[in-house]
Amino acid sequence: MQDTLAHLKRGERAIITDVSSIHIPLKLLEMGCLPGNSVQLVQVAPFQDPMYLNINGSHLAIRKETASHILIEKIAHE
Amino acid sequence: MSKQINVALIGNPNTGKTSVFNALTGLNQKVGNYPGITVEKKQGICKLPRGVKAHIIDLPGTYSLNASSLDENVVIELLLNKNDKDFPDIAVVVTDVENLKRNLLLFTQIKDLEIPTLLVINMADRMSYKGISLDIDYLEEKLNTKIALISTRKNQGIDKLKQLISNYKDVSIEPCIDTTQIDVNYFENLKNAFPNQLLYKLWLVITQDVNFGKTDRNEIDPVANFKTKSKADLKRLQQKETIKRYQFINAALDQGQSIDLSQAKDLRIKLDRILTHKVWGYVIFGIILLTIFQAIYDWSSVPMDFIDGLFASLSEWTKNQLPHGAFTSLLAEGIIPGLGGIIIFIPQIAFLFLFIAVLEESGYMSRVVFLMDRIMRRFGLSGKSVVPLISGTACAIPAIMATRNIESWKERLITILVTPFTTCSARLPVYLIIIALVIPEGRFIGLSYQALTLMLLYLIGFGTAIISAYILNRILKIRSKTFFVIEMPNYKLPLFKNVALTVIEKTKAFIFGAGKIILAISIILWFLASYGPGEQFNNAEEIVKKEFASENLPTEILQQKIASHKLEHSFIGIAGHAIEPTIRPLGYDWKIGIALISSFAAREVFVGTLATIYSVGSDDEDTIKNRMAGEVNPVLGGPLFTIASGISLLLFYAFAMQCMSTLAIVKKETNSWKWPILQLVIMTAFAYIVALIAFQFLK
Repeated sequence: MQDTLAHLKRGERAIITDVSSIHIPLKLLEMGCLPGNSVQLVQVAPFQDPMYLNINGSHLAIRKETASHILIEKIAHE
Repeated sequence: MSKQINVALIGNPNTGKTSVFNALTGLNQKVGNYPGITVEKKQGICKLPRGVKAHIIDLPGTYSLNASSLDENVVIELLLNKNDKDFPDIAVVVTDVENLKRNLLLFTQIKDLEIPTLLVINMADRMSYKGISLDIDYLEEKLNTKIALISTRKNQGIDKLKQLISNYKDVSIEPCIDTTQIDVNYFENLKNAFPNQLLYKLWLVITQDVNFGKTDRNEIDPVANFKTKSKADLKRLQQKETIKRYQFINAALDQGQSIDLSQAKDLRIKLDRILTHKVWGYVIFGIILLTIFQAIYDWSSVPMDFIDGLFASLSEWTKNQLPHGAFTSLLAEGIIPGLGGIIIFIPQIAFLFLFIAVLEESGYMSRVVFLMDRIMRRFGLSGKSVVPLISGTACAIPAIMATRNIESWKERLITILVTPFTTCSARLPVYLIIIALVIPEGRFIGLSYQALTLMLLYLIGFGTAIISAYILNRILKIRSKTFFVIEMPNYKLPLFKNVALTVIEKTKAFIFGAGKIILAISIILWFLASYGPGEQFNNAEEIVKKEFASENLPTEILQQKIASHKLEHSFIGIAGHAIEPTIRPLGYDWKIGIALISSFAAREVFVGTLATIYSVGSDDEDTIKNRMAGEVNPVLGGPLFTIASGISLLLFYAFAMQCMSTLAIVKKETNSWKWPILQLVIMTAFAYIVALIAFQFLK
């Protein structure tokens, strides 16, 4: 199974690979959540939800449910 | 003089757009509503070089032209309607230098509508701090526009911006992107169906439905003779469009902007590590909340007492100075106390808005929303519901206005419906006098029973709000988007000017909006209490004098008896008697009935009404208290105010919807009478049942 944004752990980085699910609001794409862009999990609230992300320089928080539709590829730790 | 230039200020939230607006217009601004909806419309006048004036509209912040809320929809409605009197001669897109890439998305969309568009890059003072450098000439060429690099904080670049606005005719209207490229066939068909329309505009109109659902448009009707695509297909195309826009932006920024990360310092990371921490985040939030409560109750009590005293003496003065008569009486006993009843809330409301403005301007509010979302969601609310629920302890009116940024209509509606359960400041005087009357003075582990009762009432308020949210979430069958996206902006020191303007505006909105209603009700109440039908009212003086003729009472007491007799037979007294059978099972008599009726205007009227009814000329609570303690229950005998009737009354006030102003604001915010009426009926019925059970059980 492919990784989704919901699998990311605090501090980890990844590259977004697919956002074609219809459960992803357009607003999120407009804020920079697009394939090829990098994403980092800055902070999580209790129960990993919502998730505070840095997507390509934009800082925003989304619910875990939405995050689970965003496919990613993790970048190994430097 | 030539005509005014119409300028529309547009931008993402958190770009300092309102600061730009304030810098351009100063105090030359007015806030109203767009017709039919409660979205704020801010406009102002700005003087440009050479005697030209610009009419500036500060449009609601939006991330793009694809609306997902009523506020955002206003932007699109204006930009798509060339006939609107506010249609801009020039659009000014405000961006934040640190988020230039994302902010430019909106810029490219507006430019594609072939509206002359200027680019403002704000917060230029942070560039060196973040290691950002920009090649303005290159960007102007690539983006085909004029750029003003400004800093509202340092007051730099505003003159340049004014200059650019006055030369609006020089700004290119060439689009950035050829939208038709995302699906050539589709746009070819569209062009054939509507040959005279701008294709990008058509595309926006078609896709609004996908995102928002509400737009009535008279200009174009896409379903008429054009076969459109399925929602999923349209959405896919919108994705393609967004990617294309970012490609364009990236190409421009690749050379036009360079960021030296080694220069960048980040306060955000350090602050967020604590403020959004799983434990410390909540602790800090709790401390901030306590401080706010403290301020609202403690700090505002001084100006409130002052206002109270001022209006009392003003009323007294009017009575003594003006000739006796109905008009003086209306002024002194109706209008002046009525105005006082509005103005006394100004300190609390101003404090509340001050704190909320500071929390929002600093960027902290987004962190609270982040921390609370998960917890609130269990009850059908959003993290964004926290702000209204906190504000509700001061007053439900501004609290309900604060629900506007909740994206999901269902979550927003539930928040609006449950907010009036939180213990607002108007319930406090009622609670205090009844508690003093019926709750014994003993202590329980060092805490007085009376303080515990008050605390319990606050908890009951919050608890009921949360539980009813949970129930409403189950009952309401509203399909609404449940998504939740919130930007976590940078921390900023709030600008004094912005905070001050917000506090002034919101307070003004409260006084003139809710104030009108409170004033009207207090005039009606005065009338109903001052007039009555028939002999008993009109000849009250003779009747009472005759009755007590043998007792030789002092004049003062006789006057009180007369006033009391008059009230009993005034219109409102008759109403009190009329509802007595309904409220007797709760342990109340007709006098409390009057207080209940007048409380429907505003709860805080309760104490004042009882004061009048018991013919105590002053507001001194002890005197009223003693009077109340002496009242006898007409049916059961014994004192009227017992633990049973007292608790029944407390619970009634905790739950009943007794605030006209709240109902009026709910009507405004939901745009329908259905919700305020439901609130009134259900909350009051619930209050009645709970009070009934409490009294019957305890008596």
